Amino acid sequence: MEFLNDLKDQVSTAYELLAAGWGVQLLWGIAWTLAVTVVSMLIGAVLGSLVAAAKLSHRGGLRFIGESYTTVFRGEPELLIIYLFYYGGTQVLTGVARSTGSIGSTDILNMPSFLGGVLAVGIISGAYQAEVFRGSFLAIHRGELEAARAYGMSAWLRFRLVIVPQVLRLAVPGLGNVWQLTIKDSALISVTGVAELMLTANKAARSTHHSLLFYTVAGILYLVMTSISTPIFEKAERYTSRSFTRPK
Amino acid sequence: MDLDFYLSTMWSVLKALPLTLEIWFFGIAFGLIIATGLTWLRASGYRLGEYFTRAYVFIFRGSPLLVQLYLIYFGLSQFDFVRHSPILWPILRDPMYCTIVAMALNTAAYESEIFRGALRAVPVGQIEAAKAFGMSALTRFRLVTLPIALRLALPAYSTEIILMTKATALASVVTIMEMMGTAQKIQHDTFRPIEVLTCAGVIYLLLNLSIARLFAWVEYRLSPHLRPPPEQSQQIRPVPEVL
Repeated sequence: MEFLNDLKDQVSTAYELLAAGWGVQLLWGIAWTLAVTVVSMLIGAVLGSLVAAAKLSHRGGLRFIGESYTTVFRGEPELLIIYLFYYGGTQVLTGVARSTGSIGSTDILNMPSFLGGVLAVGIISGAYQAEVFRGSFLAIHRGELEAARAYGMSAWLRFRLVIVPQVLRLAVPGLGNVWQLTIKDSALISVTGVAELMLTANKAARSTHHSLLFYTVAGILYLVMTSISTPIFEKAERYTSRSFTRPK
Repeated sequence: MDLDFYLSTMWSVLKALPLTLEIWFFGIAFGLIIATGLTWLRASGYRLGEYFTRAYVFIFRGSPLLVQLYLIYFGLSQFDFVRHSPILWPILRDPMYCTIVAMALNTAAYESEIFRGALRAVPVGQIEAAKAFGMSALTRFRLVTLPIALRLALPAYSTEIILMTKATALASVVTIMEMMGTAQKIQHDTFRPIEVLTCAGVIYLLLNLSIARLFAWVEYRLSPHLRPPPEQSQQIRPVPEVL
């Protein structure tokens, strides 16, 4: 019974606290989380396709670079990469600014927290996307590439008209997984001070002393974000493979 | 280049490796126990068990581990009954135990899905053959289903273990001085984050690479029947001209 009374109290204070302005703050937190995730995914897409190309290359050196990239950024703790970009970025920026004399010799030039976080999460996301793109490329039917070559298509034309559309189609389910992963990784950049959902929940929990409430709400909001994206990616999959459905 | 600094940092971070491994080991061990329970519940055929495991997997896979950790460490102590419980409170007030609990609960969700998939992937013919031999359900499970399923689960399981190594770094946000926490402290003291984090990164990478190696070796040892015999694995030799 004690438990039930506790819970009842929590629910009634929950409404008051959320209505008192924390609700709006949390919504902004969602917006920032989504912004971080989308930008990271885009950075990751660019890096991922370059790394996938390197891993598929005939040149040993490029292959080595690609392999190292995916091994390192999938093997390190995400937190370490984020600290490296945020604090390391601050170290580099400060060093450069001090040597050019634009700040005093004891001043510190901070890495913008959004930029540092997005770069770190984007680079991690890129390592996973590279594997997705590589897998999709290998799944393209060899005959299609041969046919394109037999038509006399140039390398660029083959890439644009045959490889890219196929890779995108085959990569959609894998990209859906990476998207979920990136949403969850974005929670970690709260340590650098980006006001995304996790940090907002943290602030709310600390200043109101209702940690249970705010972390539960944050957890639910993350669940909503990850579960909403599932049908969206399923729809994208149906759309991109619409010409491959079996006739009824 | 300041070799002494690198070496002393490396050494300080390495001294925290036992703590990292402790969190890692207990997280994985308890996670495995919970995952086994969940898999059994899911496979038992009870409707309620299936709903429970589905909800469990949905919740723990759909939200970040950091939220789960904060919820357990900061959130649960809000309940009076937790603070007055002689069993729960000693566990939930200690950040170390909280990290282990959060990791175990989180990894159990992923592992139970891995095990479920592995059980489903056991060829039906094998089970039918075992039935035809008149094996009891337990014998069948012990001698046929389990060995095959374990081997099928191994690659995905090793990936999950590596994710757990990475997750131990989160303990640093709840004040545990494991490798990441130690690196953070040195970095704040010296303001040389790039050097310090590189040292820690090298150790984490070596740790993960050795874990991956170990699992690859176990997998190799467990599947001798899937390897082609050595003489046939080479290219087909031309028939020697005898005549």
